[in-house]
This record gives sequence, structure tokens and C-alpha cells, in this order.
Amino acid sequence: MTEPIFELNDIVVTVNHGTPEQINIMDHVNLAIYPGDFITILGSNGAGKSTLFNVIGGNIPVTTGQILLHGKDITSMSVERRTRFLSRVFQDPKMGTAPRMTVAENLLLSEKRGQRRGLGARHLKTHMAKFKDITSVMNNGLEDRLNTATGKLSGGQRQALSFLMATIKRPEILLLDEHTAALDPQTSQELMQATNDQITRNHLTCLMITHHLDDALKYGNRLIVLDHGKITYDIAGDQKDNLTKEELLSFFNDLDG
Amino acid sequence: MSIIVSAIGQGLTWGIVGIGLFLTFRILDFPDMTVEGTFPMGAAACVAAIYSGASPLVATLIAFLAGMLAGLVTGLLYTKGKIPVLLAGILVMTAAYSVNLRIMGRANLSLFDKPTMLKTPFLQSLPPYFDSVVLGIIVVVIVTAVIIYFLQTNLGQAFIATGDNPNMARSLGISTDAMQIMGLGVSNGLIGLGGALVAQNNGFADVNMGIGVIVVALASIIIGEVVFGDLTMNQRLIAVTIGSILYRFVILLVLKLGFNANDLNLISAIVLAIFMMLPVLENRFRIRHTLAKGMTKHD
Repeated sequence: MTEPIFELNDIVVTVNHGTPEQINIMDHVNLAIYPGDFITILGSNGAGKSTLFNVIGGNIPVTTGQILLHGKDITSMSVERRTRFLSRVFQDPKMGTAPRMTVAENLLLSEKRGQRRGLGARHLKTHMAKFKDITSVMNNGLEDRLNTATGKLSGGQRQALSFLMATIKRPEILLLDEHTAALDPQTSQELMQATNDQITRNHLTCLMITHHLDDALKYGNRLIVLDHGKITYDIAGDQKDNLTKEELLSFFNDLDG
Repeated sequence: MSIIVSAIGQGLTWGIVGIGLFLTFRILDFPDMTVEGTFPMGAAACVAAIYSGASPLVATLIAFLAGMLAGLVTGLLYTKGKIPVLLAGILVMTAAYSVNLRIMGRANLSLFDKPTMLKTPFLQSLPPYFDSVVLGIIVVVIVTAVIIYFLQTNLGQAFIATGDNPNMARSLGISTDAMQIMGLGVSNGLIGLGGALVAQNNGFADVNMGIGVIVVALASIIIGEVVFGDLTMNQRLIAVTIGSILYRFVILLVLKLGFNANDLNLISAIVLAIFMMLPVLENRFRIRHTLAKGMTKHD
């Protein structure tokens, strides 16, 4: 049995503490993530999907509970430190890239994710050939726009770039926060396919929030459902492969009822 | 002729202030009001240091450090104290007024019989007003070169990214707090340096000399942008100094029309307002096109 990379142990996040509106937006969550896991995450609005990512990323502090990385307690580690092992793609294409910097400059920045940045010259030119290779994988013309300011790209190109930036330096855990949701269906499907290729080929460990039941079923080896800050469903392997959309839908209907 | 040379000298010296403000105003996207306090602080620190026997060069470097210190305070108030950056700047600017009076011991100190960087034998051997032009060029070239180099380093890129998209910067492990504090420190250091040079140029430091500095520095940045349009980051830095010189010419022109020095702040504000409105007016009158045409060679 392999050891988990990352564990959430009995995580509680309470907001509006001491007021009548006090609520646990993360309610005693336990989650162990194993190497190579590609976990799709479903849940209605306010179920705690984004909270889960913010807890993993260190963007919001946990009220009680413990976060472990390779068995070591990192519960109070800062957002900046966690970027050494963690990367993230956001839903909004504007969130993940610096608009006035070029595509190549953005990639160069992301190559040093989590590392010290000193007063050495950046040597952009020596990276160009490599960046061209990396971007051509996305099949959307990004490789011809390396010197274009990111703000001038289409949403699809920008989001593909965000994805590349998150994976150019291999993360131990990759968080995808509905990263195709803001794109048109065609572009969304293309990016989702490219995402899956990259994750499978590089054996990345990944958590992906999605609203599409089809995507949640089609991709990944494990599926979890969040509801009211709890993990209410967690299946993996053959069980997930055999899960049908009808079964999943009826499960969701039960949740509402 | 000498009045034009003098204007160029002033433009170069104030170009340093413009470059300093560029770091916060354009790169970090901060409206940093600290500058109105750090400019006279640089002047005060420099003059006080010269009075206590420091060499003018050392005194000028002290002015840089004094300005930087004030900028660091603004940065800490903003990042760690969670005070909005505009207000943090105003607080430090207000406090700086008292500090500057403390530094100088009174409201105005003359450098009449004191050494300055302009009173070196070489600069004195030049025709009138060329001393400030030569000194200005030396300092502007050094400052611009250092900043251009810095922005091409990994740290400099992280600094630019922080201003461009702080969320992304953090998600790549860049400490945006550190970048913002550093930016405010270096920016205000340069503005203190500019204040020191202006004080040596003018022959005195005055506790009120900071009023309107932000408008003048902004005018340099925006005139440069309006005149030259789309530029790379390095070109934009150089355009700030050219904008600063052009601004001096505009002021010169206005003074020729019969306004006097007391009207300067009013004129500065109007000049800046006009240049900032140009993008709006441009759509109607195609002004940028005309201005750009005026800057290129006849073909």
C-alpha cells in the first residue's frame, strides 16, 4: 500500500464565529490523496469545493484539524511556501496570467514557482525553443504568440497558458478549479482533452472541480462529491469506471431531498 | 539659449523623480502619495548632511536612504498594517513634514557657501547651466541602466508580475508583500535622490518643496506615454526622462506667456490634466496622431 502524498485530517473551517450565522463551511473533512490520483470533484454551489481548494492551498486558515504533506504537518504553512509542491489553475482566465507580460515571460515566471528569485539575469532567450515545444502541445497557436502580451490572447489560449504554467514545473499536487468553465463548449472540450493527456502522460496527481457530470465520470480514477462542507461520496477505481450518469444523478437527487 | 539648457538640466534631474514614481504608479499600480514627503526629505537629509560636513556625494546617497526608509514605512503600513496604500502614503507624507523640520532644524536651509555636487571643478568649467545637464545625464543614465537591468532579473520579473497580477504572483510563490515593500522603498529612495539633486541645483532645501511633486512626476510619465505611444518596458523608462524634459519646455512656454512662478502648481496640474485627458480627446481630434507625427522625421 502506497503512502498518501497529502492528507486532510478532520478539517473544520468555521466562519462567523460566535454569531448566530456561525457555520462550518468545511465540516470534519478527511481526505487522503495518493500518488497518481486524478480526483474529480462535484458539488452544488456553496458545497465547499472552493473552500476545499483554499484549505489545501493555504488561502484560508483551518479552524481545527491537520494538513499533512508526506506525513509532515504543514497546517500553518503559508500560501507562498505551499507553491513549492502545489500549483493551481483558476476558473477565470484573467486570474492565472500577468496580462501585460508576454507569454514567454509568464512561462519563465512559472518555471521558478516556489523558488527564490534573485538578481541573476532571467535569460529569456535561452528558454524560447523549449517554450515553443511546450506550447505547441496545446494545438491552439500559442507557440506563435510567445512574444505577445498575455492580455491580448483569446480566453482559450490564456487558459491553456495557465494550465501550462501550472505544470511546467511538475507540481506534486495540481488543483484545477473549473478551469474550462469560462470557455465556449468547443474550446472547453479541447482544453479538457489536452489536460487529460498531460496528466496521464506525466502521472500528475490532480484534483479537478467540475460542474459537468460527464467530465467527472469520463476523467480521473476517483470521484468525490461535496455537500454542505462534507465529503458525502468518494469512489475510485473499477467502482468509478462502472458508475453511470443515472446513478450519479439519482445520488444528487437524494442529496437535495 | 541658457534658459533652454537650464530647462533640460531640470528635466533630467526631475526625470529621476519620474522614474521613481514609475516603479509604483505604473509597475505596482499604486497611487503613492509618500513622494510629496520623501522628495523634501531627500533634500533636507542631503543639505543637513552637507552642513554636518559630509561630502556632497555621500550626502546625496544619504538622501536616497532617507527616502527609501520613508517608502519602507509606507510599504509596511500597507502590507502588514492593512492600511489602503493611498492613505498609508498620506500618513507618511504628513509625518515626513515634521521629520523634515527636525532634520533641518528650520523650514529653509541654504547651500550658498556650502559644497555641492555641482561645485566640482569639472562641472564649473562648463558653460552656464551645463553643469546641471551633465550631472543630470550622469545620474539619469546610471539610474535608468540599473533599473532596466533589475527589471530583467528574476527578481525584477517577480516585481513586475506582482503589479500585473498579485493573485497569480502569489500562486507562483512570489511574496507580493516583499515585492511591494521593496518597490515602495526603491521608488521613494529615487525620489529622495531626486530631491537631493534639486536642492543642490536650487542651492537650498525648503520644507514645502514637496508640494505638487507627484503631479510633476506623473506629468513626466504621462507626457512620455502620450508622445511615444506603445513602447517596451525599457523604452518606457527612457521615455519618462524625455517626458520630464518636454514638461519643462511646456512650463517654460507657459511662463513666457506671462504667468509667474507662483502659478506653477496651477499650471502643472492643468498640464497633467490635459495630457491625461488626451486619450479621450484623441478620439475626437486625433491628437496623438498629430503629436506622434511631430516627433518623427519627414519622409
